[in-house]
Amino acid sequence: MERHEYDVVVIGAGGAGLRAAIEARQQGKRTAIVCKSLFGKAHTVMAEGGAAAAMGNVNSDDNWMVHFRDTMRGGKFLNNWRMAELHAKEAPDRVWELEAWGALFDRTKDGKISQRNFGGHEYPRLAHVGDRTGLELIRTLQQRVVALQQEDEKLHGDPEAYIKVFAECTVTRLLKDGDAIAGALGYWRETGDFIVFDAPAVVLATGGIGKSYVVTSNSWEYTGDGHALALLAGAKLINMEFIQFHPTGMVWPPSVRGILVTESVRGDGGVLRNSEGRRFMFDYIPDVFKDKYATTEEEADRWYDDQANNRRPPELLPRDEVARAINAEVKAGRGSPQGGVFLDVSTRLPAAEITRRLPSMHHQFKELADVDITREPMQVGPTCHYIMGGVEVDADTGAASVPGLFAAGEVSGGMHGSNRLGGNSLSDLLVFGRRAGAGAAAYVDGLPKRPTVTGVEEARAEAILPLERTGGENPYEVHHELQRTMNDLVGIIRKAEEIREALEVIEKLKERAKNTAAAGSRIYNPGWHLAIDLRNMLIVSEAVAKAALLREESRGGHTRDDYPGMSPEWRRKLLLVSLTPDESGVRIEEKVQPSMRGDLISLFERSELEKYLTEDELAEYDAAVKES
Amino acid sequence: MTQTTAESPVRKQRAQLRVRTLRTDRWWLAPALTFAGLMSFLIYGFWAIFDKSYFVDPYIAPFSSPCLATSCPPGARFLGLAPFGDWYGLPPGLLILGLPGGFRLTCYYYRKSYYRSFWLSPPACAVAEPHGKYTGESRLPLILQNIHRYFFYGALVIGAILTYDAILALVHKPGGLGTWILIANAVLIMTYTLSCHSCRHITAGRLNHFSRHPLRYRAWTFVSKLNAKHQPLAWASMFSVMIADLYVRLVAKGVITFPFA
Amino acid sequence: MGYKAKFRIWRGEGGEGRLEDFTVEVNEGEVVLDVIHRLQATQAPDLAVRWNCKAGKCGSCSMEINGRPRLGCMTRMSTFEETETITVTPMRTFPVIKDLVTDVSFNYQKAREIPSFTPPSDVKPGEYRMQQVDVERSQEFRKCIECFMCQNVCHVIRDHEENKQAFAGPRFLMRIAELDMHPYDVLERKESAQEDHGLGYCNITKCCTEVCPEHIKITDNALIPMKERVVDRKYDPLVWLGSKIFKRSS
Repeated sequence: MERHEYDVVVIGAGGAGLRAAIEARQQGKRTAIVCKSLFGKAHTVMAEGGAAAAMGNVNSDDNWMVHFRDTMRGGKFLNNWRMAELHAKEAPDRVWELEAWGALFDRTKDGKISQRNFGGHEYPRLAHVGDRTGLELIRTLQQRVVALQQEDEKLHGDPEAYIKVFAECTVTRLLKDGDAIAGALGYWRETGDFIVFDAPAVVLATGGIGKSYVVTSNSWEYTGDGHALALLAGAKLINMEFIQFHPTGMVWPPSVRGILVTESVRGDGGVLRNSEGRRFMFDYIPDVFKDKYATTEEEADRWYDDQANNRRPPELLPRDEVARAINAEVKAGRGSPQGGVFLDVSTRLPAAEITRRLPSMHHQFKELADVDITREPMQVGPTCHYIMGGVEVDADTGAASVPGLFAAGEVSGGMHGSNRLGGNSLSDLLVFGRRAGAGAAAYVDGLPKRPTVTGVEEARAEAILPLERTGGENPYEVHHELQRTMNDLVGIIRKAEEIREALEVIEKLKERAKNTAAAGSRIYNPGWHLAIDLRNMLIVSEAVAKAALLREESRGGHTRDDYPGMSPEWRRKLLLVSLTPDESGVRIEEKVQPSMRGDLISLFERSELEKYLTEDELAEYDAAVKES
Repeated sequence: MTQTTAESPVRKQRAQLRVRTLRTDRWWLAPALTFAGLMSFLIYGFWAIFDKSYFVDPYIAPFSSPCLATSCPPGARFLGLAPFGDWYGLPPGLLILGLPGGFRLTCYYYRKSYYRSFWLSPPACAVAEPHGKYTGESRLPLILQNIHRYFFYGALVIGAILTYDAILALVHKPGGLGTWILIANAVLIMTYTLSCHSCRHITAGRLNHFSRHPLRYRAWTFVSKLNAKHQPLAWASMFSVMIADLYVRLVAKGVITFPFA
Repeated sequence: MGYKAKFRIWRGEGGEGRLEDFTVEVNEGEVVLDVIHRLQATQAPDLAVRWNCKAGKCGSCSMEINGRPRLGCMTRMSTFEETETITVTPMRTFPVIKDLVTDVSFNYQKAREIPSFTPPSDVKPGEYRMQQVDVERSQEFRKCIECFMCQNVCHVIRDHEENKQAFAGPRFLMRIAELDMHPYDVLERKESAQEDHGLGYCNITKCCTEVCPEHIKITDNALIPMKERVVDRKYDPLVWLGSKIFKRSS
């Protein structure tokens, strides 16, 4: 079996993975990047809006404290506040660093990085390149990896001496030595041959879980691999009940249902209307946001030109609010012909301006739906977009509870609380990608000796099983049923009995998944690959459903029909997911959310905190304010 | 198509498809039309060079302007000059043909069109070319295509002269159909010449900081707009020069005789 | 509204293979990649196809549809007649791994041969000041999603395997142009574009531009301007003379 020895193995080559790998390599560690797709194709390319960083280039009132407040507010105060703090403080440096590596962001008049408005951000804050910021980010990081390889070639004569990409290679198990991480087992998609990595540190950067849902903006890679690998290695997940449904996904044609329509459409003037032509978002401004959003169309329209003296349009409310509003409109029978609502920019901006500001949206609708967005409105509806939950990590180092295991990006949990603000994901990748890479490097430095891997044979046998079976279940059918179940029963709006029903179905699907068979050879066999990924999707779906059933409140990306309110008591509680010892399912325990540091909580007004905190916590707040 | 250096020979093979192309559309139509168009120009040009009836006051046929030999009728001579004396016995058009001819020959658009339609390299996208070896413009003689910008300078001069010819015609015969044909031709020739990729490069394309050269940047923006239409302009000006040239000759030969000719 | 479409798909491993016929259901609004996925789910579970975002943004599902390089996810079924047999083959220029999946490592090799962005050593992150008009040209090239269809269609290597050594291909010549036009890049790239990366092989027949799913004007905006910059450097005696005189006088 092919075997490689590395200091740090990074699983996933999206923004977080690449940034982690770059950091580990810059710290002198031999680093492997293992990814399921080709190098540079990761899901990060889909990010459109931008990277939030309080550089204050467009509005100099912006700073990390405002960004921190926005992030906490967006996450309904469930965020890991230390992560939110680090994120707000370090994002500008991470963005500037990209520029030094060759990124070309759009510019302001005085030549700085331009920043755009986005839902939930008080000031224009998103560094962007048209509506293809994710592509810019991934390409820049990819080219940075290449630059490091060129450096190594000059120094050592081998470009891959210190950083190597294992593309189209899937990791199926993390390998351990006792309690600690010792490596990973994977297979080459191309040949089906197995490969073992010996490495004391593994950084998970595998992204999300969207492929457990039918309507999703996520690509096939998003099968929750990192979440499942972490659980299987003994780590814990938090906040798994919080899934962000992006309010505006395409609803037609069916084959592209779920594909994202960037929030920039609304940031640049696009408005949401129902079938009666009403701008319905004005009817859905929740109390906690009443003073921040315009109440009349006139004021909202003035905001685009004069942001200082007007409140922003309600189309720019946080994503969870908009998604729920659209859902409600469609349910009330005021939807568009294909089951969404209308997002119209054609009557708001001149055609030339639309094609300049939203080129890839124009392109996407023209090519995929034959709709010209400069002439007619788009039809949009909610789509499964992002999971706030993930591996529980230490904020400063990205370390999970298993020694040697690190996580960054979407696969890690805590940073975004119950709901992520648009634009905070790209900056999250950069900030915590770097921190996880550095954390892994420091961990390796502190090890007395390298661990030795165990369990290679078992892991290999598990992965090969679907190929050896004949006449079993069709993995595509199992997958499809799982997607439908999650979409219908653990979707945007949840009810206890529906979640229970979903859990029953998941149990049955787990049995069926154990019996899947993949015909054909080991060479690039998609049926086999799916059969392996099914294990991960089922574990993750169970975690989502069980956590969703327990949390009896509605907050951010978790809306319970039977518990519509937000509860300060529940805000103090985090749901921690771990695997049962026999790996047959997941179990959940409650954990208390640590209180915010005094200087951070003092950044908020008491009147705002009253909506979120318990009386005890407010007393703590009063004490903290008095102290400062 | 096989490589000997491959680590695993199985992996290093292209998909075996023994057809030249799997395209199902009429991919051969565009190169065939291009071939016909360019051939007609070549044949016409060859005839025009040796045709002597290139001047009829106040019109001069574009293929023979500027007329620089003593064999040119006095009215046809450019600014009355005749630097080429009686010793020069060949058609005067040959003297200047190299400039516009070379400009078109080395033009980035014409290169594309004749590489495709004459040399079939490639005849159309994703259709295999018939040649065993290919080095493109990396060595002699095709590396000489790089002198395009000198022909551009020359073509500017010719364009200016054709404009001057058209103005002369306008002064002397403002109501003549020929005058307006010559004017239309001069406009097309000039826009084609200015839309040239070399021109785009010279105005500001070679700079990395447009913002420091606002005037040149504006010129570049203008040329870039023209440049996007380089192909249609190449065809339009090619036909306009043929039509204008033929028209003048037909008037000179007395074939066209109506009053406002 | 569905109908049964006839497909011929190249199937095989490592070069050996043949076109296989399928009849498969097609519904309104679908693209070629959807149909291939339906084949996987119903008739040929091991049919290999590379894909990822399904929205024309990642450039994974490059293939040749009726002989033309296309993204499977961006080719709508409505562009074909219902009676038409649609032929789908892997990209021709690269070695095939299996079915529609090719080994595109050639491109990653070439990417590594192009020297990276080299800013002046005295500019720190955060100090970059660039005007929008100065970055726009390079931004166009950075729209590239690396589907490698321009590399695939370019006859320089498509029809001449032996040129792969000397020729970087449109995508990477465009990368050179992107860096050469970058306001902060200080590396001299013109000479090497011609000598090391084979810019001279390009005969500007524009197939790269024709197939680009991002509609980047590769030939007009990257390759020809780069050729002109090379002329400045190597083939223009006036510029050479001018720079000599200027250097001496300054």
